[in-house]
Amino acid sequence: MTDIPAGSFPTDKTQAAPATKVRGYWGSVWNRLRYDYVTLFCLGLITVIVLLAVFAPWLSPMDPERSSMANRLRPIGHAKFTLGTDEQGRDMLSRLLWGGRVSLLMGIVPVIFATLIGGTFGIIAGYYGGKVNMVIMRTMDVFFAFPSVLLAVAIAGSLGGGIGNQMITLTVVLIPPICRVAETATAQVRSLDFVDAARASGASTYSILTNHVLINVLSPVLVYSSTLVSISIILASGLSFLGLGVSPPTADWGLMLSTLRQSIYVQPLVAALPGLCILVTSIAFNLVSDGLRQAMDVKA
Amino acid sequence: MTDVIETAPTSPDPRDRGGPAQPMLIVENIKKYFPIRAGLLNKKVAEVKAVDDISFYVLKGETLGIVGESGCGKSTLARLLMYLIEKDEGHLVLDGDPVGEKTGTSLDGLRRSLQMVFQDSYSSLNPRLPIEASIAYGPKVQGTREKAAKEQARALLEKVGLKAERFGQRYPHELSGGQKQRVNIARALALDPRLLILDEAVSALDKSVEAQVLNLLGDLKEQLNLTYIFISHDLHVVKYISDRVLVMYLGQVVEIGPVDDIYSNPMHPYTAALLACQLSMDPDERVESAPLAGDPPNPVNPPSGCRFHTRCPYVEDVCMSKMPSLGDTLRADPGEHLAACHMVHAGSGHSKAPNPDSRPLPLWQGETR
Amino acid sequence: MWMYALRRLILTIPILLGVTIICFALVQIAPGDPITSLVRPDTPPEQIAMLRAYYGLDQPVVVQYFMWLWRVLQGNFGTSIANNAPVAAEVMRAFANTIVIALISVVLAFIVSLILGTIAALRQGGIVDRLVTALAVFGISVPTFWLAVVLVIFFAVNLNWLPATGMGSGGSDTFNYFDWNDFKFAVMPIIALALPPLAIMTRTTRASISEILNQDFIQTLRAKGLSEFAIITHAIRNIMPSAVAMLGLQLGYLIGGSVLVETVFTWPGTGALLNKAILTRDIPLLQGTILVLAGAFVLINLVVDLAQSLVDPRIKRT
Ligand SMILES: Nc1ncnc2c1ncn2[C@@H]1O[C@H](COP(=O)(O)OP(=O)(O)O)[C@@H](O)[C@H]1O
Ligand code: SF4
Ligand SMILES: [Mg+2]
Repeated sequence: MTDIPAGSFPTDKTQAAPATKVRGYWGSVWNRLRYDYVTLFCLGLITVIVLLAVFAPWLSPMDPERSSMANRLRPIGHAKFTLGTDEQGRDMLSRLLWGGRVSLLMGIVPVIFATLIGGTFGIIAGYYGGKVNMVIMRTMDVFFAFPSVLLAVAIAGSLGGGIGNQMITLTVVLIPPICRVAETATAQVRSLDFVDAARASGASTYSILTNHVLINVLSPVLVYSSTLVSISIILASGLSFLGLGVSPPTADWGLMLSTLRQSIYVQPLVAALPGLCILVTSIAFNLVSDGLRQAMDVKA
Repeated sequence: MTDVIETAPTSPDPRDRGGPAQPMLIVENIKKYFPIRAGLLNKKVAEVKAVDDISFYVLKGETLGIVGESGCGKSTLARLLMYLIEKDEGHLVLDGDPVGEKTGTSLDGLRRSLQMVFQDSYSSLNPRLPIEASIAYGPKVQGTREKAAKEQARALLEKVGLKAERFGQRYPHELSGGQKQRVNIARALALDPRLLILDEAVSALDKSVEAQVLNLLGDLKEQLNLTYIFISHDLHVVKYISDRVLVMYLGQVVEIGPVDDIYSNPMHPYTAALLACQLSMDPDERVESAPLAGDPPNPVNPPSGCRFHTRCPYVEDVCMSKMPSLGDTLRADPGEHLAACHMVHAGSGHSKAPNPDSRPLPLWQGETR
Repeated sequence: MWMYALRRLILTIPILLGVTIICFALVQIAPGDPITSLVRPDTPPEQIAMLRAYYGLDQPVVVQYFMWLWRVLQGNFGTSIANNAPVAAEVMRAFANTIVIALISVVLAFIVSLILGTIAALRQGGIVDRLVTALAVFGISVPTFWLAVVLVIFFAVNLNWLPATGMGSGGSDTFNYFDWNDFKFAVMPIIALALPPLAIMTRTTRASISEILNQDFIQTLRAKGLSEFAIITHAIRNIMPSAVAMLGLQLGYLIGGSVLVETVFTWPGTGALLNKAILTRDIPLLQGTILVLAGAFVLINLVVDLAQSLVDPRIKRT
């Protein structure tokens, strides 16, 4: 598990030489993405994972929370329990499907909140500069003084378990890095001549921010945020692993990994399953955001 | 382009308030020092005197050229005039009305009357907006409805020589440098300004494209009754387009006067050196050694006395201790030719200064031309 | 240079202050009243009020913060609720266990990453290169605690080579890192901790070495007939400052990651301590541990920055 990487985003300012047939920015991004098979494959994988999670209630063969002492720790490939059962005899396949919902939710929702909040603060800091910038960015620096896992454990540890607290925790952890990326990107855009041209036409700060700054800052910030989805998933599973996530009967990959730990001598493969799900999901998100970053590096 | 006074518009402009003789813009003692911060507590340790007490006026309908080496404060001056950066000191008077004061022109009014064309670069147009939207943005901000603003943008595109049908929906990266510069001009015109500040507006263009854009500027000026402040480091272009020329050095005006006077009879050694440098590119007029050696001094700690003394071939003791005065540019007649050099001012103490009785006639003319 | 060092030092002070504010806030955001969790439910209210005054809890938050900060500066981190012992002593004992395996892991990761990264840069597109690329994605995406579990499954359950958990019979008091019978308990925690930084540092090494190898002067040296070995040595020496900086940063992150890994291996470090604090909702213990770890992270960053500015003459920061 790694920490949140420093933001990197397209800063190339050279002009694109030939005018492509595809019009507009997103067109050219898609044009590049089309031939990036790894990214496309991972995008497909993510779609499948999301669909499995969304339709878990219909897809899962059994009730994920119904335990059966008679059927504890069945192996993978069991006639009734395709992926075996856990230490309380609950069907692993069903639990994995349901657990995906929590993991995806924890991967995406905090990133969205953090992007909204951190992005807003970053744009304000970058646009106004001066004292406003100092107050916002120095505050963020303090959060950077914590490795992200530690910060997450600290906040969640104090707030206590539960899905809501976990979301708050992850959002707080993800705000500073997003804020920093948004600030850098905004400060860069802010110094460009077209912003001055907009100011010279008498536009209000709000209008300039929404019409000129936002569209130019959005893509680097979104690309960066997308790299945080996988980190958010891992952090969330780590918190659940420590008992700082959903409460027990509920299925969650991190929590399942934690409770199955006692059973590694009996059913090591079953115990490894939840972690494998986390790993695959996180790799898929990582590769997609990598591909997205490369595709978005299009000069525009 | 010889007689400055005749360039005043013949038909009265409905927006005119001060009458044809009232200068379009008067700039009075404007100053901008940028602080330089360093050290433990980011304290201000020095300042860049980017624009240091500059005064001049621009007549209605004329083109005032501003020249000077890169870094001498031309862009800072332009941004000050546009109120894009806050001035430390000084006043602007727009067509007789003081700007930013209770009784005078509001900032919004200034912005409608004054517009700026930026140098063509990756940053002059919003890369994520179709150019039509970039042009329509200003009018929309000023209250024009979406549809009307679009219409206006398309008309302006045609006016600057771009087919709205073909180009309107394009993004900046799909245009050539010359086309982008036309869009920049169209955007500046969208608010129907009276004075355009063109900061290095053609400097990044190829020679042939540059000529086309200059022609376009000439046509537009006539059609729309415009006044230009044309900033460039290229003396050829300034000579071609200007009625009067203002020469800047390290944040100050060192010479101002009608274009022909300045080019044929430079009174300040800096201007003379600039001209010699520039003309030396012409094979017929190549001089042996470049007269303007070295880089301009650091604007953080400008030289004492005459700021040019570190590079001036005629430097004498008086130059190092006493700053030569330019004279009152605001009271001076448009036809007058002023220079801030001790050699020009009788009784300044410079050995080449003219006799108090005779007309000043700079001695170095023959050397540079 | 000294100016930079001094400036960097001074800038650390507000950061450390900020860290203490956040740590202090941890108690404030914790639900529930700290006193009611201390006393029996049938304690009379006037006694609770007295306790409250005794702990300064009736003061405004700001005053409470400064009172707390003052105690912390004197080394008093409060009292653990669970076992009624001073937090500071307990945290320090655990921190020693954490920092030792963290250091071993990061040095191990550093050395291996230099070797792998260099080979990958030299043989771009080769097997090692591809492996390194895959390893990088894996290292960034893998949850360390799962990696730890998988290691246990392999080496303890299947192969029975290494002990699964703990620190051996003697515990941390008699633990000897130079005795295999003790050290074998540390092997898996070290590997689990080392893998993610290994992945990241290998990727960076590969990138910076290949960048240097592509520079003009290297081509010139090659043309002049300098041996490949000399060129590689030169390249490695060139990336050292940034690699060392990376190492410091990774050490900090690794301390964060150790929270989960130590839990899996029940290694008696700060991670296990945090886990205990969470399970027993021992907020003072949680607060003290976090404070020490975050403080260590800030100081590591400081040392790395200073060391880097010493090592790398190209850094001219004002
Ligand atoms: N925002 C700023 N902060 C500090 N110094 C500045 C700033 N803008 C310009 N300067 C300095 O002011 C001087 C004049 O710059 P500028 O007006 O851009 O010159 P020109 O347009 O003639 O090339 C330069 O020395 C430049 O470094
Ligand atoms: S005042 Fe002296 S130094 Fe300055 S330009 Fe004139 S002669 Fe040269
Ligand atoms: Mg300029």
